[in-house]
Amino acid sequence: MPQSLPFRSRLATTAGQMAAAASRKLGRGRGQVVGGRIMLRLDPALLHRLAAPMRVTVVSATNGKSTTTRLIAQALRSIGSVAHNATGANMGAGLVTALADNPAARFAALEVDEAHLPDVVRQTGADQLVLLNLTRDQLDRGSEVRLLAERWRQLAADLGPETQVVANADDPVVAWAAQAAPNTLWVGCGQRWTADSALCPACGAPLARAGGRWVCPSCGMARPETSWSVLPDADQIATPDGSVRLRLALPGRFNAGNAAIALAAVCSRGVPKEAALQAFAQVSDVDGRYVQTLAGDHKVRLLLGKNPASWAEMMFLVADSDALLVTVLNARGADGRDPSWIWDVDFEDWAGRPVWVAGERRFDMAVRLETAGLEVIGVSQDPLAALDQAQPNQSLDIVANYTAFQQLRAELVPS
Amino acid sequence: MNQAVGIVHLYPTLMGTYGDGGNVRLLVRRLAVRGLGATVITVNPGDAVPELADLYVIGGGEDVSQVVAARQLATSGALGRALDRGAVLFAVCAGLQVLGHSFEVAGGRLEPGLGLLDATTVRRQPRAVGEVLAQPFDGSPLLTGYENHGGGTLLGPLARPLAQVIAGVGNGGGAKGDGTEGMVQGNIVATYLHGPVLARNPALADRLLAMALAGGRPSGASGLGQVGRPNAKRSIRLPELAPYEAPYVADLRAEREQYTRSGRLSAESARTRR
Repeated sequence: MPQSLPFRSRLATTAGQMAAAASRKLGRGRGQVVGGRIMLRLDPALLHRLAAPMRVTVVSATNGKSTTTRLIAQALRSIGSVAHNATGANMGAGLVTALADNPAARFAALEVDEAHLPDVVRQTGADQLVLLNLTRDQLDRGSEVRLLAERWRQLAADLGPETQVVANADDPVVAWAAQAAPNTLWVGCGQRWTADSALCPACGAPLARAGGRWVCPSCGMARPETSWSVLPDADQIATPDGSVRLRLALPGRFNAGNAAIALAAVCSRGVPKEAALQAFAQVSDVDGRYVQTLAGDHKVRLLLGKNPASWAEMMFLVADSDALLVTVLNARGADGRDPSWIWDVDFEDWAGRPVWVAGERRFDMAVRLETAGLEVIGVSQDPLAALDQAQPNQSLDIVANYTAFQQLRAELVPS
Repeated sequence: MNQAVGIVHLYPTLMGTYGDGGNVRLLVRRLAVRGLGATVITVNPGDAVPELADLYVIGGGEDVSQVVAARQLATSGALGRALDRGAVLFAVCAGLQVLGHSFEVAGGRLEPGLGLLDATTVRRQPRAVGEVLAQPFDGSPLLTGYENHGGGTLLGPLARPLAQVIAGVGNGGGAKGDGTEGMVQGNIVATYLHGPVLARNPALADRLLAMALAGGRPSGASGLGQVGRPNAKRSIRLPELAPYEAPYVADLRAEREQYTRSGRLSAESARTRR
């Protein structure tokens, strides 16, 4: 721990780390949040103090923030040590724990909850913000997309030119927020889900879209020109000096988009492009997402589908798979208590496909999938009950939302 | 296959934030299992609103979207003409608010509604968020759904409440709320419930389909009770739809009812203890 920290901060850090270790020993989870809460109780300025000597990159979005942050952290390690909240604890307590675990780090790569972004930027003095997308998620908490976008825009307007905003030009909501910043690097990450940006974020008129571009016929706001972007085949990224080939171990077009914005961000930090691409290639799972594991004789792939936009991406990912599809739906506080959003996903595109339906809200999903014409072969609270129905050696693709995913990861992936 | 029922899905991109597009999927499905066809026309912002459809469906959305939808519908005028012709209109949440005389948006601004429903919406604190259980006044099965709204709607004499709230807020009009949920006026049926509401309440879906199949002819005979324009004298039986029990719906309804009642009980006992 740096001696430069005041005694109070060092005490707070030690006490929090001890509490986290005790929590882990008791099997109460990973301890970051409980430890971080104690740290902040003893020294409310600890996040600011720990972050002060670091170059801090914060990543925020509805979807893709864990993966993008992981890619950024992996690449930054090629030029210096990195503090990283790798387990997705993305509010104050989780962030302070991540920094305290690596207080001498040169860089910090932090994923941050969308609603907490302005506060975290102010406290950490982050000089790089990576903004990916804002779409509907957990609407019962009252954070409609519009309100978050306004908070982000206000934050961007308050930034100085020394702070770089790296923003996805393909999400009109993000573009509107980020264009208020004095120093913005635009990246084309692509966006399959457009239902939350039907209207111009600036003037409210319906947006026109064609060929991946968008423009407001009323006020003229348009997709910013990009110097970095995912090319249509999704394994190439256009950069200011020529295109490069991605060699991602992570699947899906959306992960190519995550890699594009991560690449732009780390190259701005001085990571050579080739070193970044090499680092990206080493990432094969992100805190359990996409992980391939075994349950009995069956290969199991864990996928996170937590809102309509991420579910839409996951359905494309599993479209060509001959694995048995298992969906798991909960609606606890961290998931959002209202799972109506499953009706926004075009499951109709997968009519006829057999599916096992699990989780605490399995009946909501069973009604949804049956209405869409999928063949619901069984329902159970426990997703692993599907194993009995799988053919010998057939693999399983399990798409679970947030708390269901956490449970499964704890069960299936040794930590 | 008989003639198709014409369904107009109004502004799903604006008014579909809470999964309400599922209502249209449900209606189409419940027609299909009876061998009946459906033609769904999706109306996006800027499109003309067709006047000759049988059933119009509008869902919930955020403030800005709601204002855009209200203005486009007011400019078009097609919805009022369709209703005069006997079409059926089903509205959820912000869609319900838009149909009233006026609705208040964030910042206290009062926006004009379409005046098709005798109802007025003002902001209410706190926001009504959570599971709802309500008993329809006509004795049809319990309504179950999820509400999430910052407006409270007061009904005028021409609009009749759809159901009595057992748990949750519902319309939430007046200082303490009036304990009613949803409303019916002529061929308009409106509710605050998401879920989507027709997935959780197939009896309501079938009622709307029966009304639409009757050519929107008003009925005072059964079902939602006082369905019919205020001055309607006729009483025409609605067509019977073959019973259809969709798989897992009974499980879903039972699970939600139990959850909601147990939550209400624990809230009540907490109050008693204090």
